[in-house]
Amino acid sequence: MARALINVPAKAKRGDIVEVKALIAHPMETGYRHDIKGESIPRDIIKSFVCSYNGEDVFRAELFPAVAANPFIAFNVIASENGVLTFSWTDDHDQIEVRTAPITVE
Amino acid sequence: MQDASGRSGPNRRELIVSGAGRASLFVTRPACATDETMRAAIRDFVGEAQVRSGRIKLDLPPLVENGNAVPLAITVESPMTAEYHVKAIAVFNQKNPQPNVAIFHLGPRSGRAAVSTRIRLADSQTVTAIAQMSDGSFWSDSVDVVVTLAACVEGL
Repeated sequence: MARALINVPAKAKRGDIVEVKALIAHPMETGYRHDIKGESIPRDIIKSFVCSYNGEDVFRAELFPAVAANPFIAFNVIASENGVLTFSWTDDHDQIEVRTAPITVE
Repeated sequence: MQDASGRSGPNRRELIVSGAGRASLFVTRPACATDETMRAAIRDFVGEAQVRSGRIKLDLPPLVENGNAVPLAITVESPMTAEYHVKAIAVFNQKNPQPNVAIFHLGPRSGRAAVSTRIRLADSQTVTAIAQMSDGSFWSDSVDVVVTLAACVEGL
């Protein structure tokens, strides 16, 4: 299980725009590098990242090998209601990882 | 004719004089995107629509010491309402092995059209960001970046 840091403000006023930051531990191997024996290292990247707010997608990113290792993604979302932000990302082996973060809206 | 390393064929000086040396420099370079592949990738994203400059701001340091992690921030001047909002922001580069960097999909619930991430740059080059609005218009901004330590193509 990859390590990931997800930063969502715990509390927000209704209608506030809050910044969400995600940092995922992942090598983002480009597929263009070679190991010490000269053999190419197979590509292994996170290809998609989705954030949903109480089940509705609010942000999505398609990533390519040009995204740096340990991808960092920051974006905004309107704090509309109490609930849960769900983050899920898919790598080249089609493995999906999911994290959640609660948000309290006053 | 044989040189000291046992290879036959023209020596280095002859190669340079003939111009073949210059040509082989390009042959042995690692695969990289070109203006042409970048334009093709942009065409895939925008289709036949016209891309205008403005409204989008691409923030990249002009001088990058380490191309392995270059901070990139994009903001688009746009209301984010259901009627009019930024639908997507795509980032393209000129000289990495692939022209695409990332595509971000936003919507009215984003509130503000601003994203940031960290990217790799294999060479000094131009990076372009294009925003797609909900009305189908496209806006772009480009930044020239000088990279001293390249990413992507080096070995371990």
